[in-house]
Amino acid sequence: MAVSVKNLDSREFFFGHKACAGCGGSLAVRIALKVLGARAVAVLPAGCMSAVGFNFPQLAFSNNALITPFAATASVMTGIEAGLRRRGEIAHVVGFAGDGGTADIGLQALSGAIDRGDNLIYICYDNEAYMNTGIQKSGLTPFGARTTTTPITGSVRRKKDMLAIVAANGAEYAASASVGYLDDYVTKIEKAAAKPGFKYIHVIAPCPTGWGIKTNETIEIAREAVDVGLWRLREYENGQWLENCAPSRPEDLVKHLTRQGRFSALDTDKLEETKNV
Amino acid sequence: MRLKPLPDTIPDCTAFEAGYLVTQNGGWRSERPVIDEAKCVKCRQCYLYCPDGTISQEISVDYDFCKGCGICAKICKPGAIAMRREADYA
Ligand SMILES: Cc1ncc(C[n+]2csc(CCOP(=O)(O)OP(=O)(O)O)c2C)c(N)n1
Ligand code: SF4
Ligand code: SF4
Ligand code: SF4
Ligand SMILES: [Mg+2]
Repeated sequence: MAVSVKNLDSREFFFGHKACAGCGGSLAVRIALKVLGARAVAVLPAGCMSAVGFNFPQLAFSNNALITPFAATASVMTGIEAGLRRRGEIAHVVGFAGDGGTADIGLQALSGAIDRGDNLIYICYDNEAYMNTGIQKSGLTPFGARTTTTPITGSVRRKKDMLAIVAANGAEYAASASVGYLDDYVTKIEKAAAKPGFKYIHVIAPCPTGWGIKTNETIEIAREAVDVGLWRLREYENGQWLENCAPSRPEDLVKHLTRQGRFSALDTDKLEETKNV
Repeated sequence: MRLKPLPDTIPDCTAFEAGYLVTQNGGWRSERPVIDEAKCVKCRQCYLYCPDGTISQEISVDYDFCKGCGICAKICKPGAIAMRREADYA
Protein backbone atom coordinates (compact mmCIF):
# COMPACT_ATOMS: atom_id res chain seq x y z
CA MET A 1 0.00 0.00 0.00
CA ALA A 2 1.19 3.51 -0.75
CA VAL A 3 2.76 5.31 2.19
CA SER A 4 0.95 8.46 3.27
CA VAL A 5 0.61 10.58 6.36
CA LYS A 6 -2.04 8.08 7.49
CA ASN A 7 0.15 4.98 7.54
CA LEU A 8 3.65 6.42 7.87
CA ASP A 9 5.72 4.71 10.59
CA SER A 10 4.85 6.52 13.83
CA ARG A 11 8.33 5.96 15.23
CA GLU A 12 10.90 8.72 14.91
CA PHE A 13 14.33 7.57 13.68
CA PHE A 14 15.89 11.03 13.53
CA PHE A 15 14.99 12.77 16.75
CA GLY A 16 16.64 15.22 19.13
CA HIS A 17 19.07 16.38 16.45
CA LYS A 18 20.75 19.76 16.70
CA ALA A 19 19.72 21.24 13.33
CA CYS A 20 18.64 24.89 13.41
CA ALA A 21 14.94 25.47 14.03
CA GLY A 22 13.03 25.07 10.78
CA CYS A 23 15.79 23.13 8.97
CA GLY A 24 14.53 21.62 5.71
CA GLY A 25 17.36 19.07 5.48
CA SER A 26 16.45 17.50 8.80
CA LEU A 27 12.85 17.09 7.62
CA ALA A 28 14.10 15.32 4.48
CA VAL A 29 16.11 12.86 6.61
CA ARG A 30 13.33 12.35 9.17
CA ILE A 31 10.68 11.54 6.57
CA ALA A 32 12.93 9.30 4.43
CA LEU A 33 13.78 7.13 7.44
CA LYS A 34 10.10 6.82 8.34
CA VAL A 35 9.55 5.34 4.88
CA LEU A 36 12.63 3.11 4.83
CA GLY A 37 12.17 1.80 8.37
CA ALA A 38 14.21 0.72 11.39
CA ARG A 39 16.60 -1.51 9.51
CA ALA A 40 17.73 1.11 7.01
CA VAL A 41 21.41 2.00 7.34
CA ALA A 42 21.94 5.75 6.97
CA VAL A 43 25.23 6.90 5.47
CA LEU A 44 26.22 10.55 5.79
CA PRO A 45 29.31 12.47 4.71
CA ALA A 46 30.50 15.63 6.46
CA GLY A 47 27.77 18.25 6.30
CA CYS A 48 24.98 19.66 8.42
CA MET A 49 23.04 16.41 8.79
CA SER A 50 26.00 14.51 10.16
CA ALA A 51 27.06 17.45 12.33
CA VAL A 52 23.61 17.71 13.90
CA GLY A 53 22.94 13.97 14.11
CA PHE A 54 26.07 12.59 15.75
CA ASN A 55 26.88 14.35 19.01
CA PHE A 56 28.55 11.73 21.16
CA PRO A 57 27.28 10.42 23.52
CA GLN A 58 24.04 11.54 21.94
CA LEU A 59 23.04 9.87 18.69
CA ALA A 60 19.98 11.34 17.03
CA PHE A 61 19.52 8.26 14.81
CA SER A 62 17.78 5.22 16.23
CA ASN A 63 18.57 3.17 13.14
CA ASN A 64 22.15 2.40 12.18
CA ALA A 65 23.98 5.43 10.88
CA LEU A 66 27.54 6.38 10.17
CA ILE A 67 29.67 9.23 8.85
CA THR A 68 31.88 8.80 5.79
CA PRO A 69 34.85 10.80 4.56
CA PHE A 70 33.45 13.79 2.69
CA ALA A 71 34.18 12.53 -0.83
CA ALA A 72 33.20 8.92 -0.22
CA THR A 73 29.45 8.70 0.50
CA ALA A 74 28.53 6.43 -2.40
CA SER A 75 31.60 4.21 -2.15
CA VAL A 76 31.06 3.65 1.58
CA MET A 77 27.43 2.80 0.76
CA THR A 78 28.67 0.22 -1.73
CA GLY A 79 30.80 -1.43 0.95
CA ILE A 80 27.99 -1.48 3.50
CA GLU A 81 25.56 -2.98 1.00
CA ALA A 82 28.07 -5.70 0.08
CA GLY A 83 28.71 -6.45 3.77
CA LEU A 84 25.02 -6.70 4.61
CA ARG A 85 24.43 -8.95 1.59
CA ARG A 86 27.32 -11.19 2.61
CA ARG A 87 25.76 -11.57 6.06
CA GLY A 88 22.35 -12.29 4.61
CA GLU A 89 20.89 -9.08 6.08
CA ILE A 90 18.12 -7.40 4.15
CA ALA A 91 18.22 -3.65 4.71
CA HIS A 92 18.13 -0.50 2.65
CA VAL A 93 21.36 1.44 2.46
CA VAL A 94 20.45 5.10 2.19
CA GLY A 95 22.81 8.03 1.73
CA PHE A 96 22.04 11.59 2.84
CA ALA A 97 24.54 13.97 1.32
CA GLY A 98 24.40 17.72 0.90
CA ASP A 99 24.67 19.60 -2.37
CA GLY A 100 28.40 20.18 -1.90
CA GLY A 101 28.91 16.55 -0.93
CA THR A 102 26.99 15.42 -4.00
CA ALA A 103 27.55 17.79 -6.91
CA ASP A 104 31.16 18.71 -6.11
CA ILE A 105 33.26 16.62 -3.79
CA GLY A 106 31.34 13.30 -3.85
CA LEU A 107 30.63 13.27 -7.58
CA GLN A 108 33.30 10.75 -8.52
CA ALA A 109 32.21 8.23 -5.87
CA LEU A 110 28.62 8.75 -6.93
CA SER A 111 29.45 8.14 -10.58
CA GLY A 112 31.33 4.95 -9.63
CA ALA A 113 28.42 3.52 -7.68
CA ILE A 114 26.01 4.29 -10.53
CA ASP A 115 28.40 2.64 -12.97
CA ARG A 116 28.49 -0.52 -10.83
CA GLY A 117 24.70 -0.49 -10.60
CA ASP A 118 24.89 -1.00 -6.84
CA ASN A 119 21.62 -1.44 -5.01
CA LEU A 120 21.52 1.87 -3.12
CA ILE A 121 19.25 4.84 -2.43
CA TYR A 122 21.19 8.10 -2.58
CA ILE A 123 19.37 11.19 -1.34
CA CYS A 124 20.87 14.61 -1.97
CA TYR A 125 19.36 17.17 0.42
CA ASP A 126 20.00 20.37 -1.41
CA ASN A 127 20.28 23.55 0.68
CA GLU A 128 22.22 25.16 -2.17
CA ALA A 129 25.50 25.92 -0.37
CA TYR A 130 28.11 24.47 1.97
CA MET A 131 26.06 25.34 5.04
CA ASN A 132 27.91 23.47 7.76
CA THR A 133 31.12 25.42 7.21
CA GLY A 134 29.42 28.80 6.95
CA ILE A 135 27.47 29.16 3.68
CA GLN A 136 30.07 28.85 0.90
CA LYS A 137 29.00 28.58 -2.74
CA SER A 138 28.67 25.04 -4.14
CA GLY A 139 28.01 23.76 -7.66
CA LEU A 140 24.33 23.78 -6.73
CA THR A 141 24.13 27.36 -5.48
CA PRO A 142 21.71 29.10 -7.87
CA PHE A 143 22.42 32.17 -9.95
CA GLY A 144 22.33 35.34 -7.88
CA ALA A 145 22.44 33.74 -4.43
CA ARG A 146 24.75 35.45 -1.99
CA THR A 147 27.07 33.21 -0.03
CA THR A 148 30.16 34.02 2.02
CA THR A 149 32.29 33.24 -1.05
CA THR A 150 30.02 35.16 -3.45
CA PRO A 151 29.33 38.12 -1.18
CA ILE A 152 28.96 41.01 -3.62
CA THR A 153 27.03 39.97 -6.74
CA GLY A 154 25.80 36.59 -5.60
CA SER A 155 26.70 33.48 -7.60
CA VAL A 156 27.42 34.27 -11.25
CA ARG A 157 27.13 30.60 -12.21
CA ARG A 158 23.99 28.59 -12.74
CA LYS A 159 23.09 25.47 -10.79
CA LYS A 160 24.44 22.17 -12.12
CA ASP A 161 21.70 19.86 -13.37
CA MET A 162 22.44 16.92 -11.06
CA LEU A 163 19.45 14.90 -12.18
CA ALA A 164 20.64 15.00 -15.80
CA ILE A 165 24.17 14.09 -14.69
CA VAL A 166 22.92 11.10 -12.70
CA ALA A 167 20.67 9.98 -15.56
CA ALA A 168 23.52 10.31 -18.04
CA ASN A 169 25.63 8.09 -15.78
CA GLY A 170 22.98 5.40 -16.14
CA ALA A 171 21.03 5.39 -12.87
CA GLU A 172 18.05 3.07 -12.59
CA TYR A 173 15.89 5.85 -11.17
CA ALA A 174 16.36 9.55 -10.57
CA ALA A 175 13.83 12.01 -9.22
CA SER A 176 13.65 15.53 -7.88
CA ALA A 177 11.48 16.38 -4.90
CA SER A 178 10.78 19.15 -2.42
CA VAL A 179 10.33 19.13 1.36
CA GLY A 180 7.36 21.36 0.62
CA TYR A 181 5.55 18.46 -1.05
CA LEU A 182 6.11 15.50 1.26
CA ASP A 183 3.47 13.24 -0.25
CA ASP A 184 5.35 13.36 -3.54
CA TYR A 185 8.72 12.90 -1.78
CA VAL A 186 7.41 9.89 0.16
CA THR A 187 6.01 8.31 -3.03
CA LYS A 188 9.37 8.70 -4.77
CA ILE A 189 11.30 7.16 -1.87
CA GLU A 190 8.88 4.25 -1.81
CA LYS A 191 9.32 3.80 -5.54
CA ALA A 192 13.11 3.90 -5.19
CA ALA A 193 12.98 1.36 -2.35
CA ALA A 194 11.10 -1.11 -4.54
CA LYS A 195 13.60 -0.99 -7.41
CA PRO A 196 16.93 -2.82 -7.70
CA GLY A 197 20.01 -0.88 -8.79
CA PHE A 198 21.08 2.69 -8.15
CA LYS A 199 18.38 5.17 -7.19
CA TYR A 200 18.88 8.91 -6.76
CA ILE A 201 16.51 11.42 -5.17
CA HIS A 202 17.34 15.12 -5.13
CA VAL A 203 15.26 16.99 -2.59
CA ILE A 204 15.25 20.76 -2.30
CA ALA A 205 15.59 21.60 1.40
CA PRO A 206 15.50 25.28 2.41
CA CYS A 207 17.88 26.42 5.13
CA PRO A 208 16.60 29.42 7.14
CA THR A 209 20.14 30.19 8.31
CA GLY A 210 21.72 30.32 4.86
CA TRP A 211 18.78 31.54 2.80
CA GLY A 212 17.73 34.49 4.91
CA ILE A 213 14.19 33.32 5.52
CA LYS A 214 12.20 32.93 8.75
CA THR A 215 12.26 29.55 10.49
CA ASN A 216 8.55 29.09 9.82
CA GLU A 217 8.89 29.78 6.08
CA THR A 218 10.82 26.64 5.10
CA ILE A 219 7.83 24.71 3.79
CA GLU A 220 6.25 27.68 2.06
CA ILE A 221 9.50 28.51 0.25
CA ALA A 222 10.06 24.86 -0.73
CA ARG A 223 6.55 24.74 -2.22
CA GLU A 224 6.91 28.07 -3.93
CA ALA A 225 10.17 27.04 -5.63
CA VAL A 226 8.16 24.31 -7.37
CA ASP A 227 5.10 26.49 -8.04
CA VAL A 228 7.07 29.29 -9.71
CA GLY A 229 9.02 26.81 -11.84
CA LEU A 230 12.49 27.29 -10.35
CA TRP A 231 12.59 23.72 -9.06
CA ARG A 232 10.98 21.24 -11.44
CA LEU A 233 9.66 17.97 -10.12
CA ARG A 234 10.68 15.26 -12.56
CA GLU A 235 11.52 11.58 -12.72
CA TYR A 236 13.87 9.54 -14.86
CA GLU A 237 12.80 5.94 -15.18
CA ASN A 238 13.33 3.21 -17.81
CA GLY A 239 15.39 5.69 -19.78
CA GLN A 240 12.47 8.14 -19.99
CA TRP A 241 11.93 11.57 -18.46
CA LEU A 242 8.64 12.46 -16.84
CA GLU A 243 7.71 16.00 -15.84
CA ASN A 244 5.52 15.66 -12.72
CA CYS A 245 3.80 19.02 -12.84
CA ALA A 246 3.83 22.33 -14.66
CA PRO A 247 4.57 25.49 -12.63
CA SER A 248 1.26 26.68 -11.20
CA ARG A 249 2.22 30.36 -10.73
CA PRO A 250 5.30 31.35 -12.74
CA GLU A 251 4.32 35.01 -12.40
CA ASP A 252 5.40 34.91 -8.73
CA LEU A 253 9.06 34.14 -9.47
CA VAL A 254 10.40 37.59 -8.57
CA LYS A 255 8.34 37.70 -5.38
CA HIS A 256 9.72 34.27 -4.45
CA LEU A 257 13.30 35.51 -4.86
CA THR A 258 12.95 38.87 -3.15
CA ARG A 259 11.55 37.36 0.05
CA GLN A 260 14.82 35.44 0.52
CA GLY A 261 17.70 37.46 1.99
CA ARG A 262 20.27 35.59 -0.10
CA PHE A 263 18.97 37.16 -3.31
CA SER A 264 19.29 40.72 -2.03
CA ALA A 265 22.18 41.42 -4.42
CA LEU A 266 19.90 41.07 -7.44
CA ASP A 267 18.59 44.30 -8.93
CA THR A 268 15.49 44.45 -11.11
CA ASP A 269 17.31 43.58 -14.35
CA LYS A 270 19.10 40.64 -12.78
CA LEU A 271 15.88 39.38 -11.24
CA GLU A 272 14.33 39.28 -14.69
CA GLU A 273 17.45 37.49 -15.94
CA THR A 274 16.95 34.65 -13.45
CA LYS A 275 13.99 33.59 -15.56
CA ASN A 276 16.43 32.57 -18.26
CA VAL A 277 19.04 30.74 -16.15
CA MET B 1 7.54 9.28 19.99
CA ARG B 2 10.79 9.52 21.96
CA LEU B 3 13.83 7.72 20.68
CA LYS B 4 13.74 4.13 21.84
CA PRO B 5 16.48 1.59 21.37
CA LEU B 6 15.53 -1.06 18.84
CA PRO B 7 17.95 -3.85 19.72
CA ASP B 8 15.97 -6.67 18.12
CA THR B 9 15.31 -4.98 14.86
CA ILE B 10 18.59 -3.40 13.81
CA PRO B 11 21.82 -5.01 12.69
CA ASP B 12 24.54 -4.94 15.37
CA CYS B 13 26.73 -2.26 13.90
CA THR B 14 27.10 1.35 14.89
CA ALA B 15 23.86 2.32 16.60
CA PHE B 16 24.53 3.75 20.03
CA GLU B 17 23.21 0.96 22.18
CA ALA B 18 21.76 2.99 25.03
CA GLY B 19 19.89 5.10 22.48
CA TYR B 20 19.10 7.91 24.90
CA LEU B 21 19.20 11.63 24.41
CA VAL B 22 21.39 13.43 26.88
CA THR B 23 20.52 17.01 26.11
CA GLN B 24 17.15 18.47 25.20
CA ASN B 25 16.38 21.21 22.70
CA GLY B 26 13.41 22.85 24.41
CA GLY B 27 15.58 25.70 25.71
CA TRP B 28 16.13 26.93 22.15
CA ARG B 29 12.58 28.25 21.93
CA SER B 30 11.48 31.85 22.15
CA GLU B 31 7.93 30.89 21.20
CA ARG B 32 6.01 27.67 21.76
CA PRO B 33 3.23 26.10 19.71
CA VAL B 34 -0.01 25.71 21.65
CA ILE B 35 -2.73 23.54 20.14
CA ASP B 36 -6.40 24.40 20.46
CA GLU B 37 -8.09 21.00 20.66
CA ALA B 38 -11.45 22.46 19.71
CA LYS B 39 -10.16 23.72 16.37
CA CYS B 40 -7.94 20.72 15.53
CA VAL B 41 -9.34 18.45 12.80
CA LYS B 42 -6.57 15.81 13.25
CA CYS B 43 -5.29 16.16 9.68
CA ARG B 44 -1.73 15.46 10.97
CA GLN B 45 -0.10 17.97 8.65
CA CYS B 46 1.73 19.49 11.65
CA TYR B 47 3.03 16.04 12.62
CA LEU B 48 4.17 15.39 9.05
CA TYR B 49 5.98 18.68 8.41
CA CYS B 50 7.65 19.22 11.82
CA PRO B 51 11.40 18.96 11.09
CA ASP B 52 12.02 17.71 14.62
CA GLY B 53 9.27 15.10 14.82
CA THR B 54 8.07 16.67 18.07
CA ILE B 55 4.36 16.43 17.35
CA SER B 56 2.96 12.93 17.88
CA GLN B 57 0.42 11.30 15.61
CA GLU B 58 -2.08 11.96 18.38
CA ILE B 59 -1.18 15.66 18.02
CA SER B 60 0.55 16.47 21.26
CA VAL B 61 3.77 18.48 21.39
CA ASP B 62 6.96 17.23 23.03
CA TYR B 63 8.14 20.47 24.63
CA ASP B 64 11.46 18.91 25.67
CA PHE B 65 12.54 18.83 22.03
CA CYS B 66 10.35 21.31 20.10
CA LYS B 67 12.53 24.21 18.89
CA GLY B 68 9.67 26.63 18.30
CA CYS B 69 10.25 27.09 14.56
CA GLY B 70 6.57 27.79 13.90
CA ILE B 71 6.25 25.52 10.86
CA CYS B 72 3.38 23.61 12.48
CA ALA B 73 1.42 26.79 13.17
CA LYS B 74 1.86 27.94 9.59
CA ILE B 75 0.87 24.61 8.00
CA CYS B 76 -2.28 24.22 10.11
CA LYS B 77 -5.20 25.20 7.86
CA PRO B 78 -7.86 25.54 10.58
CA GLY B 79 -5.50 27.77 12.58
CA ALA B 80 -5.51 25.48 15.60
CA ILE B 81 -1.89 26.19 16.55
CA ALA B 82 -0.87 29.51 18.11
CA MET B 83 2.75 30.52 18.74
CA ARG B 84 2.93 31.96 22.26
CA ARG B 85 5.75 33.77 24.05
CA GLU B 86 7.91 31.15 25.78
CA ALA B 87 8.72 33.56 28.62
CA ASP B 88 5.09 33.38 29.72
CA TYR B 89 5.52 29.65 30.44
CA ALA B 90 8.72 29.91 32.50
C1 LIG C 1 37.64 16.39 2.83
C2 LIG C 1 36.91 17.44 3.57
N1 LIG C 1 36.93 18.72 3.11
C3 LIG C 1 36.26 19.68 3.76
C4 LIG C 1 35.56 19.40 4.91
C5 LIG C 1 34.85 20.50 5.63
N2 LIG C 1 33.39 20.45 5.51
C6 LIG C 1 32.63 19.82 6.42
S1 LIG C 1 30.99 19.99 6.16
C7 LIG C 1 31.29 20.93 4.79
C8 LIG C 1 30.12 21.53 4.02
C9 LIG C 1 29.23 20.52 3.40
O1 LIG C 1 28.32 21.12 2.51
P1 LIG C 1 27.15 20.28 1.91
O2 LIG C 1 27.64 19.00 1.38
O3 LIG C 1 26.38 21.14 0.98
O4 LIG C 1 26.24 19.95 3.20
P2 LIG C 1 25.55 21.00 4.19
O5 LIG C 1 26.52 21.33 5.26
O6 LIG C 1 25.15 22.19 3.39
O7 LIG C 1 24.37 20.28 4.74
C10 LIG C 1 32.67 21.09 4.56
C11 LIG C 1 33.24 21.89 3.47
C12 LIG C 1 35.57 18.05 5.37
N3 LIG C 1 34.90 17.69 6.47
N4 LIG C 1 36.26 17.11 4.69
S1 SF4 D 1 22.62 25.65 8.68
FE1 SF4 D 1 20.81 25.23 7.42
S2 SF4 D 1 21.01 23.08 6.71
FE2 SF4 D 1 22.43 23.40 8.42
S3 SF4 D 1 21.29 22.71 10.25
FE3 SF4 D 1 20.99 24.93 10.05
S4 SF4 D 1 19.09 25.14 8.86
FE4 SF4 D 1 19.80 23.03 8.59
S1 SF4 E 1 -2.35 20.72 11.42
FE1 SF4 E 1 -3.78 21.72 12.83
S2 SF4 E 1 -5.74 20.70 12.46
FE2 SF4 E 1 -4.18 19.41 11.54
S3 SF4 E 1 -3.66 17.95 13.17
FE3 SF4 E 1 -2.23 19.65 13.38
S4 SF4 E 1 -3.18 21.02 14.87
FE4 SF4 E 1 -4.77 19.63 14.15
S1 SF4 F 1 7.32 24.70 16.50
FE1 SF4 F 1 8.59 23.60 15.00
S2 SF4 F 1 9.70 22.10 16.25
FE2 SF4 F 1 7.98 22.81 17.50
S3 SF4 F 1 6.36 21.34 17.11
FE3 SF4 F 1 6.06 23.05 15.69
S4 SF4 F 1 7.10 22.40 13.80
FE4 SF4 F 1 7.85 21.10 15.47
MG1 LIG G 1 24.62 22.21 1.39
